[in-house]
Amino acid sequence: MTETTTPKRSVALWVQITIWAFLAGLLVLVGVILGKRQQGTVQPGDAIPDFSLPLFSGYEYEGQSSVKLSDLQGKIVVLNFWASWCKPCEQEAAELEEAWRFYEPSGEVIFLGADYVDTEPEARSYLKKFSITFPNGPDMGTKISQMFRIRGVPETYFIDQNGVLYYVKVGPFASVDEIKNIVAQKLP
Amino acid sequence: MKKFLFILTLVLVLSGLFTATTVFAQDGITDDEVNAIAKQLYCPVCENTPLDVCPTEACRQWRELIRLQISQGMTEAEIKQYFVDNYGARVLAEPPRTGLNWLVYILPPLFILAGAFILFRSFREWTKPQIVEAGSSGESDAGEASSPSDTDDYIARFEEEVKKRK
Repeated sequence: MTETTTPKRSVALWVQITIWAFLAGLLVLVGVILGKRQQGTVQPGDAIPDFSLPLFSGYEYEGQSSVKLSDLQGKIVVLNFWASWCKPCEQEAAELEEAWRFYEPSGEVIFLGADYVDTEPEARSYLKKFSITFPNGPDMGTKISQMFRIRGVPETYFIDQNGVLYYVKVGPFASVDEIKNIVAQKLP
Repeated sequence: MKKFLFILTLVLVLSGLFTATTVFAQDGITDDEVNAIAKQLYCPVCENTPLDVCPTEACRQWRELIRLQISQGMTEAEIKQYFVDNYGARVLAEPPRTGLNWLVYILPPLFILAGAFILFRSFREWTKPQIVEAGSSGESDAGEASSPSDTDDYIARFEEEVKKRK
């Protein structure tokens, strides 16, 4: 007696391996992306990669229309992310300006304002409204904010003379003294 | 006469309103024109909310910027490019076809095709007739499902039943 059941055709081994490898690769990719999103902001102790911030006309640094972090080696950099539509940013605007005016003559500390997801006319109105004078410019393509993985505005990053982050302030400063105390940690 | 004056006033008022609306539509930029571009953009601050319906102050400023750019004669492509240059490619509702973004375009159709192929194969196997000749018990699919002794018992009982009926 004969049996005529059709034999099961299995998928070629190389096809199976390719499919599994592809799916595994996809999972790794999703994992890496999700991991980065969960990481939070850059952490104190991290060396900050070089970046260039274009500056608004009237808010240049030593006559230059853009400023690079690497050009500021030897100074403490106070990098403030803000936006004209951000109400908490308004709470600290005057304090930041006051602190800048305090440190400006020494040349040991530089304040930089990175305008996040904003429109230039509104940004300029904001700077004028709070009489801000320190270098400010748009975070073009949100590249710098992505590099710092900011979670919102305002956020302020304190970078020491060697380009290493040493303090992160999320939210507005309560007073000028708060800013001064953080800066003083790295002043000689 | 009173009726005539009433109708005349009504016609004048209505025509005045109509003219004003027409002038506004010609000189100003309508919300529809702004939203036609805004709906293709997403503000990074308010994730997953298209710009045309986003209620935040940042998005309102962006819509006003689009209105200004349209009035300056910028094309839709130019406006979108401006936003990409200033705020990054992630503001686009439709990601640009570059780098890893290609996965967004390639993977869904690929998965659908793979799914269709698997379904097709499965259906074909389910519907294919499996011819099993008598006497091959124990090797057939049915035999695999039940033990050989069960099948033998069944056949023995079946033959006994047939004999009884004869």
